[in-house]
Amino acid sequence: MQKYSIFSLFRHALNGHTTWAPAWRSPPLKASYDVVVIGAGGHGLATAYYLAKEFNIADVAVLERGWLGGGNVARNTVTVRSNYMRDASIPFYVKSVALYEGLTDELNFNLMHSKRTMIDVVQTFPKMRELRRRQLAMDIYGSTYEQISTEEVRRRIPALTGGGPDARLPVIGGMVHTDAGVNRHDAVAWGYARGADARGVELHQQTPVTKLLRGNDGTIKGVETPRGVVRAGKVAIAVSGHTTTLTETVGLRLPLRTMNLTAFVSEPVKPLVDVVVNCPDSGFYFSQSDKGEMVIGGAPDMGQSFRRDIKQHVFEDTVTAMLSLFPSFRKLKLLRQWGGHLDIAPDASPIMDETDVPGLFVTAGWWGGYKAIPAGGLTLAHLIAKGVPHPLMSPFTLSRFKHLDYVMESGTTTAR
Amino acid sequence: MMLIPCPFCGHRNESEFTYGGPVKPDRPDPNATSDEDWVEYLTTVPNPFGPVQERWWHARGCGTWLTIWRDTRTHDIVEGPSDAE
Ligand SMILES: Cc1cc2nc3c(=O)[nH]c(=O)nc-3n(C[C@H](O)[C@H](O)[C@H](O)COP(=O)(O)OP(=O)(O)OC[C@H]3O[C@@H](n4cnc5c(N)ncnc54)[C@H](O)[C@@H]3O)c2cc1C
Ligand SMILES: [Zn+2]
Repeated sequence: MQKYSIFSLFRHALNGHTTWAPAWRSPPLKASYDVVVIGAGGHGLATAYYLAKEFNIADVAVLERGWLGGGNVARNTVTVRSNYMRDASIPFYVKSVALYEGLTDELNFNLMHSKRTMIDVVQTFPKMRELRRRQLAMDIYGSTYEQISTEEVRRRIPALTGGGPDARLPVIGGMVHTDAGVNRHDAVAWGYARGADARGVELHQQTPVTKLLRGNDGTIKGVETPRGVVRAGKVAIAVSGHTTTLTETVGLRLPLRTMNLTAFVSEPVKPLVDVVVNCPDSGFYFSQSDKGEMVIGGAPDMGQSFRRDIKQHVFEDTVTAMLSLFPSFRKLKLLRQWGGHLDIAPDASPIMDETDVPGLFVTAGWWGGYKAIPAGGLTLAHLIAKGVPHPLMSPFTLSRFKHLDYVMESGTTTAR
Repeated sequence: MMLIPCPFCGHRNESEFTYGGPVKPDRPDPNATSDEDWVEYLTTVPNPFGPVQERWWHARGCGTWLTIWRDTRTHDIVEGPSDAE
């Protein structure tokens, strides 16, 4: 792997940037591998990377329907945080945030990780009570959360001029989560891809899996693609949103619904907000990108959806809510809008497990799963390599549904 | 924006409706069904890449509940499969 540094940048600049090696190879597709990972999104790529790096399993192919990093990993609003509610969840997200903070060095790829704090702007007492309860749980696991007054909220977010005492929902205070940050999603996908490739993992784009293949003994045997059958004793599904479509090809029904989540960005403006602003009672959140754009996310649409755009009324609801708290944003021109489809389990927590089809693993239910990419990849690789769950992932089994032992996290995400 | 056909009010704007979720099979008697089927009923709904049958409540209208088929790829309201009730 060629090392990226100020010196290599200088050296290649002298050659007119014609001498950079490709960041990963494009080898021919083999007929079989030890492990096939379906989906080159954040979770698929991280899983492949950690399989090779931590567990010396490098005979791995990542099969991607479209192009690498073109799924939700490229369509999300890059908020990385660990303010979750349950004892089962918090340590997992704390670990993931910590891994992100070291990832630029580890991958030798600038993630532009900006640990800039998230402030929850609270407008109802039930929400404030819920967040303070969350704080008590988070304290146990070393995740930071602290209540601040309305005055302090307004001091730290000067653009927040709405939500005054006469508003329908006045701002009553806030919560500060200093562990939170944002980073660069392309770099996450490309950095993991490059690191996995350097350790022998093969990345195959334009290779959709159309069907899973099961042997007579019931175990997984491989996958079918338009480029031919690829055999593997272990197959991991990391296809965010399309999980059930694939598992149903081997008769496996999973407790997942696919829903649409959306975002939009404004024109770039001068620095205005230096934290991630989350307004859970109004149903929107935003941060300002390094380029100066406001990156704004809203609530999801209600019904199941495989669409990748935003519905007009979801868009209007989000904008209306935002303008009630940030009236000056009325002047902003919006440049782009888009959506992504994600699957969600009844308790809004992820599913990372070996399924009832031996050798078939699934990582799914990633509603706010960008923050979870490092820990998700590391723990899934552990399960695939060792056959036993990593302690941090053990709450997120499929069998929790059999025992109705939910890890309820609806409310800590935008899911409703 | 979807225009949802209400049997009483005609085609009305989606914003007048509350989403009621995908249509599920009838609730089984928990004491007469296997644990597996009970869990399946509680946790798992159809998640098709295509038409799904779902319930909507005309809450800001006449108040009726209705059932439509909607294509999850396009959000078009479509005819259900002919063998469905
Ligand atoms: C608008 C929006 C905002 C979000 N904001 C945040 C946020 O702020 N913070 C956060 O933590 N999370 C956020 N998320 C969620 C996050 O993006 C996802 O949870 C996460 O990216 C999903 O994991 P992934 O990266 O592996 O998915 P993806 O990048 O979607 O990867 C799945 C890949 O599988 C491929 N694939 C699908 N089917 C097949 C097949 N049959 N064969 C081969 N390949 C296939 C797809 O093409 C895709 O590349 C947001 C999501 C959206 C849509
Ligand atoms: Zn009506």
